[in-house]
Amino acid sequence: MAWKLDSDRPIYLQLVERIQVMIVSGLYEPGAKLPSVRDYAAEAAVNPNTMQKAFAELERSGLIITQRTNGRTVTDDVALIKQIRNQLAREQAATFMQRMEELGVSKEELAEILNEIQEETV
Amino acid sequence: MNELVELSGLTKSYGKGTPAVNNISLKLPKGKIIGLLGPNGSGKTTLIKLINGLLTADAGSIRINGVEVGSQTKANVAYLPDRSYLSENQTISQILDFFSDFYADFSRERAEGLLQDLGIDAKRKLKTLSKGNKEKVQLILVMSRRADLYVLDEPIAGVDPAARDYILRTIINNYNPEATVLISTHLISDVESVLDEVIFMRYGHLVLYTSVDNIREQHGKSVDAYFREVFAC
Repeated sequence: MAWKLDSDRPIYLQLVERIQVMIVSGLYEPGAKLPSVRDYAAEAAVNPNTMQKAFAELERSGLIITQRTNGRTVTDDVALIKQIRNQLAREQAATFMQRMEELGVSKEELAEILNEIQEETV
Repeated sequence: MNELVELSGLTKSYGKGTPAVNNISLKLPKGKIIGLLGPNGSGKTTLIKLINGLLTADAGSIRINGVEVGSQTKANVAYLPDRSYLSENQTISQILDFFSDFYADFSRERAEGLLQDLGIDAKRKLKTLSKGNKEKVQLILVMSRRADLYVLDEPIAGVDPAARDYILRTIINNYNPEATVLISTHLISDVESVLDEVIFMRYGHLVLYTSVDNIREQHGKSVDAYFREVFAC
């Protein structure tokens, strides 16, 4: 199943975002082994070079570790994963708050809405 | 040496008209999937035929792996032409025999596997297949070679969207870090997610040669949208 990707933003960045989410959400556990570039590229239906670039980017941030003998694994640094998850959550929250501001929703109203939604979904 | 193809000052004209390919110099690396894009009549097919040694240049040179284009380079270049050259009266299986004899780097096993995936019966004669299925057979033949350079002239024009995805996946799965794939097409939005780099041509000139992520980063646009802007009529 090909991943859904936008063609007006660099593909490798979108791959980085996708894989980051899979790691911080715990879908890939800390220390878990990752598929090879080739398999992963085939699954996402992207060019292996692009997948390679995304992995290199994730390595730079420390989320992924390449061991010569053991392929690629997710970092086992739980604190780092948590930190990146917080960072992503903050970014999303900031965007959300901005939207609410655009709609003219006050902080009190927003709190009310969030409460209502939570009750509905429980 | 990381260059696979080196064009320098390449020029070709038909008769006295303006050149179809006009003074193009370009170096293509190994291990990339490169789109060759341009409006109708911009010289894409002429450039492709020059790279394949089917036309001789008026001026300039082409080297593949450092070797001047000729019979030697043809053994390492797999070419999908824009029209069929296969005999309609042969069965697919006979065509496979032909390819096995002709190309040392042809993998019959691979071709048979791909045919099976697409549900094409090798016992059928080529003329009994639909236009789209004929195109698929030709692409399978080309991609089943272990070449250094694959040159595909409009590989997906006549096939349905599902088969298009399959073909693109075949190109990706066949990917080998030593080989480069050059694809000419008008269906940019279908192929752009698999491309590394693009070449834009117009009136025989090289307009642009860059990475696709460069276009997306610098212009915030897809390659398709950028193409429409550059070549707006």
